[in-house]
Amino acid sequence: MSTDVLTRRPAVRGLLAENGPLAALVALAVVLSLLSGDFLSVTNLLNVGVQAAVTAILAFGSTFVIITGGIDLSVGAVAALSAIVLAWTSTSAGVPWPVATLVALVAGLACGLVNAALITYGKLPPFIATLAMLGVARGLALVVSQGSPIAMPDAVSHLGDTIGGYLPVPVLVMIIMGVITAVVLNRTYPGRAMYAIGGNEEAARLSGIKVNRQKLITYALSGAFAATAGVVLASRLASAQPQAASGYELDAIAAVVIGGASLSGGKGRALGTLVGALILAVLRNGLNLLSVSAFWQQVVIGVVIALAVLIDTLRRRGSA
Amino acid sequence: MSSQPVLEIRGLDKSFGPVQVLHHVDLTAHAGEVTALVGDNGAGKSTLVKCIGGTYTADAGEYVFDGRPVHITSPRDAADLGIEIVYQDLALCDNLDIVQNMFLGREKRSGLVLDEATMEEMAAKTLDGLSVRTVKSIRQLVSSLSGGQRQTVAIAKAVLWNSKVVILDEPTAALGVAQTAQVLELVRRLADNGLAVILISHNLNDVFAVSDRISALYLGRMAAQVKTSDVTHAQVVELITSGRSGELGLQNVNGVTA
Repeated sequence: MSTDVLTRRPAVRGLLAENGPLAALVALAVVLSLLSGDFLSVTNLLNVGVQAAVTAILAFGSTFVIITGGIDLSVGAVAALSAIVLAWTSTSAGVPWPVATLVALVAGLACGLVNAALITYGKLPPFIATLAMLGVARGLALVVSQGSPIAMPDAVSHLGDTIGGYLPVPVLVMIIMGVITAVVLNRTYPGRAMYAIGGNEEAARLSGIKVNRQKLITYALSGAFAATAGVVLASRLASAQPQAASGYELDAIAAVVIGGASLSGGKGRALGTLVGALILAVLRNGLNLLSVSAFWQQVVIGVVIALAVLIDTLRRRGSA
Repeated sequence: MSSQPVLEIRGLDKSFGPVQVLHHVDLTAHAGEVTALVGDNGAGKSTLVKCIGGTYTADAGEYVFDGRPVHITSPRDAADLGIEIVYQDLALCDNLDIVQNMFLGREKRSGLVLDEATMEEMAAKTLDGLSVRTVKSIRQLVSSLSGGQRQTVAIAKAVLWNSKVVILDEPTAALGVAQTAQVLELVRRLADNGLAVILISHNLNDVFAVSDRISALYLGRMAAQVKTSDVTHAQVVELITSGRSGELGLQNVNGVTA
């Protein structure tokens, strides 16, 4: 018995230390399930998943960028633009919807490439380059849509449905994008290059990594992920709205940071980001269930973001 | 021992705008030997090394490698010949582990994904070959290593690629006494394994401890290339500070006519 306790306690503590965000998510879920009987119902949890999906997909894309030590403020606007492009090409231009979806993804990818070109060849700070893209993409979304929502073709709206009446498609897309993120980061050359660039850009360059090319890939991925998020969001709402996803870039960054990444680069994981996005969604959902006013919700979420990073910093100082 | 040099530089010139940094510099490096490159700050050591490594392109001069004249225009060219440089500020990423750092930029892949097993095996073999036993695990993050261990990883990274010439830029500058001894021992072992080692150092104790030859740069000119056993500490100091020492060195230094 005593040995059991001895061996298990460090294991649990190790898990907590290794995975602070996950521990926080579990604690949050336990507290909410005690406070509200509805929280743990399957319907509600799936709802949380759907709520988290768009943020999580945007955040996966931002994870790549943040690991390289950059930042992408344009993901929300790019998501809206891509959704508008999909809706417009498949309705007004009459393009078949699979082709239109592809065009939307390419549009997102192109925005990312422009970001990267400004950052690498134009030597703009990522903050400025992507802030400019935020304005341009949002503006173009308004121009193309002439300021009003465009209804999605039926086929695309089914993306907002559930599979077998159970698994919502947005959740499925979120999981697929999460797996892609994990594989890219842990198993591929571009992923390794992202960590190296974020850790020590000069060392990466001296080691023969083509830093500019890898940054192009990084921001292009972020753009493509943003486009995917835009398609998911529009399909859920059955229409593409030029003002959709505004401010989502900050949620995405918050999710990445809560998930344990560092804005100074070199650190971050797909699982952490997923947990970060889930924490934000669970928190919003829980506060709704507890009938906390929407105004106070913003305060709580702000405090949680600060706490998450603060605890992480203290924990690291303690271990160092 | 002093057969044909692996690397031979003849009459290398390099200017940055109107400033000529290197004047007709000669340098040779032999397999199995440590050649120390010494010189005061601003003597042109780093510029020379960057020309050899392909970071800079020389304005004039011959570059002979293994008896063949070659042209080096990029770091890639130098690496392809088997010339590796270990930089002073250690080109390592703290957030990556030892294996990841050793293979950085040249990762082994199987298909689209990284081949971690092969890389781990090769890294372990290389570290074993250098008799490095101070690291606990090759999956340790570099940020957790001591200065000497980091230097060791940087050197191991350079020899991983069957390199023939390894250039070390001030490898002991930031190290304590025990760690310096460790790294110097490693430097010696590289040469004993048949590599040509060029060691840049400010510390003459280090130079005399491991080098076979000394090349002294003075104001962008090669003042002397001598065998370490033929000179004294004081002579080398004179070569570094005034470019000459008795019979050795540049003869009309202060006229700057050369």
